[in-house]
Amino acid sequence: MNKTSNKFRHLVWPLVSLALLLLFNAIFTDNFFKIEIKKSDSAQEAVQTPVVKDELPAAAGEASEAAEAAVQAGEGAVQAAAQEAEAQAPAEQAAEQAPAKSDKGVSIFGYYLYGTPIDILNQGAKVMVLAIGMTLVIATGGIDISVGAVMAIAGAIAALLISLLDAGSCPGAGMGPNLYWIIPVAAALILSTLAGFWNGMLVAGFGIQPMVATLVLMVAGRGVAQLITDGQIITFDNPGLVFLCNGHALFLPFSVWIVVTMYVVAGLLTRKTAFGLFIESVGNNERASRYAGIEARRIKWLTYVICGFCAGVAGLLAASNIKCADSNNAGLYLELDAILATVIGGTSMAGGRFFLSGSLVGAILIQTLTTTMYMKNVSPAIVAVPKAMVVIIVCLLQSPVFRAKVLAIFASKAAKGGVQ
Amino acid sequence: MKKFKVPMRYVPISATILVFFIVYLIGIISFENFGSPKVFLDLFIDNAYLGIAAIGTALVILTGGIDLSVGSIIAFTSILIAKMISTGCNAVLAIVLALVIGILFGMLQGWLIHSFSLPPFLVTLAGMFFIRGCGFIVSEESIGIKNDPVFNFIQNDLTIKLGKGLNLRFIVILYIVVLITAIIFSQRTRAGRSIYAIGDNELAATLMGIPVGRTKIMTYTIAGFCSALAGVVYAIYLKAGNPLNCVGLEMDAIAAVVIGGTLLTGGVGYVFGSLFGVLVLGLIQTLIVFDGRINSWWTRIIVGLLVLAFIFMQNLITKISKSKSKAH
Repeated sequence: MNKTSNKFRHLVWPLVSLALLLLFNAIFTDNFFKIEIKKSDSAQEAVQTPVVKDELPAAAGEASEAAEAAVQAGEGAVQAAAQEAEAQAPAEQAAEQAPAKSDKGVSIFGYYLYGTPIDILNQGAKVMVLAIGMTLVIATGGIDISVGAVMAIAGAIAALLISLLDAGSCPGAGMGPNLYWIIPVAAALILSTLAGFWNGMLVAGFGIQPMVATLVLMVAGRGVAQLITDGQIITFDNPGLVFLCNGHALFLPFSVWIVVTMYVVAGLLTRKTAFGLFIESVGNNERASRYAGIEARRIKWLTYVICGFCAGVAGLLAASNIKCADSNNAGLYLELDAILATVIGGTSMAGGRFFLSGSLVGAILIQTLTTTMYMKNVSPAIVAVPKAMVVIIVCLLQSPVFRAKVLAIFASKAAKGGVQ
Repeated sequence: MKKFKVPMRYVPISATILVFFIVYLIGIISFENFGSPKVFLDLFIDNAYLGIAAIGTALVILTGGIDLSVGSIIAFTSILIAKMISTGCNAVLAIVLALVIGILFGMLQGWLIHSFSLPPFLVTLAGMFFIRGCGFIVSEESIGIKNDPVFNFIQNDLTIKLGKGLNLRFIVILYIVVLITAIIFSQRTRAGRSIYAIGDNELAATLMGIPVGRTKIMTYTIAGFCSALAGVVYAIYLKAGNPLNCVGLEMDAIAAVVIGGTLLTGGVGYVFGSLFGVLVLGLIQTLIVFDGRINSWWTRIIVGLLVLAFIFMQNLITKISKSKSKAH
């Protein structure tokens, strides 16, 4: 009994914060928990998309203009608009919105859930995926601040390839638009895994401090992404690629299932094999684990590779969400969100212990906070202020020094009370 | 062996200066007017704010910490000054207020980092979010500074005319003054030496009786001040404020410091190096502008590669000096 409570102790604070936030929403936000079941009639429409391809260039031009406007406003604003539209729409508007939404993707079974909590999960998927990789890296005592840039690279290569495939100037175009989206997805994942391999090489291979080593890719990565897209914002409309973040499967957004799959795989990998133990051991004391016969370098290297892969998935989700690859803004500051989610979840920045479940809760907490702000008509830019406060408060709560100081205050008060 | 030898600690900064001259030489060879004094002076004018910000970043990195709030503080101060002036406030008052906020903010960050031993990375990250959001609270849109007597005075009367159409603008003078002050501070004062001691080995510094806490908080305070001053310079330079400005500038500042030969783990390097780091960044940008064919994103890639090269060099030097100290 005691053992289980210890096992979930790291989840207490994030879950309490999340519960408080949800309670706040339950009281102050109308229809926050309202989840509707929508019928999707998109199956045919999605198939029709390639048919109307002749109109695509014009539409793409418009979209890129809009996207360029979005560069100024930041990706957050786009999300905010989307979320406000989705979340605050009253019932009759929601009915109007249904067809608009349905062209976003396919739904298996023809039904899906629709509501703010679902939206939070969908929008938070990127950070959740990132947090999985980041947790493993931080557990080895490292950090990867290049994930945002890697996301941009992944989105860029995917968008470039899909545009080439749409134009038919790339091998594999013969598979047809319902299948060939696999190529850009695979390319993006391979490239981002390579980026992770590069980070791992610098950190584990050459022994450079993680923060410094990943700084290189953080600085250069967006340049590489712009190089890939030639500085353009490439929009796309391929049903397969759009499905990733806008489609639904088994009643939930498809991105949620991606997160679940990755979480389960990562969980099995780290808790059912010795890998997780090795990671913690390396994070605790690298030299000691090397003497104990653990290939510390290889373990560290592998965590960066996994982190790169996760960044690639997140990059695909981000690009799929707004149907374009924006090298400047894709994943901007998301490395911070990922680190934040990890730290909120109880993983120590010093390494040695990690909690994948905690990181997921942390990511959901961040997204809930963000969505709550949007629903309260707070400008997306200002959302940063409360977010920053939450970071500091959570860090303080987890800081042993802070705890000791607070305890000392209580203790001295108690002592004074005792004297009186 | 009476061979001329650069001491190990001067190797990185010598490399920086070498890189600077190589890039400059490439520019002169490739383009006709690249060597003109105007281009060189523009380098300072365009990068004065980055240079001032890099000074604060350099000091923080020397203590072994990091400051990610630089770009956001610049954006915040510039928009605050623009907003206050547009509402009819005195410009001097606005500038002073902006500087005070920068100092207080830096102090707060330093206090959080030291008193609760929180990672500097996380605290300044939160600071970055916070102050950027505050900038948007001040104004969500860009505000121009028009016909302000103080700004006009700075622009017109505080400029040293060198003849031939060359003007040493106030922001350049300010940058050089701040740079020299910072160099003297870091090399010739007790507090400055403490920064090096802490960056090299915090525990040892504590045991030696160096006021670690005070010095660290002071360094972050200076960094906050430098960022705020950079914001003021930015407002003077652009005659406008925009809360969206300088996103990711902290990375440029860090890159400039690294290229300037400072070890990112702290304790090794010179504030002076940040000047050449900034100039190298500026030169690369100027080169790309001159060329016109190369796209601007090459800047980021080249800067990334340069950072990588310097990191490798530092790594090598650290290893060599370690093996030497073991041999003794």
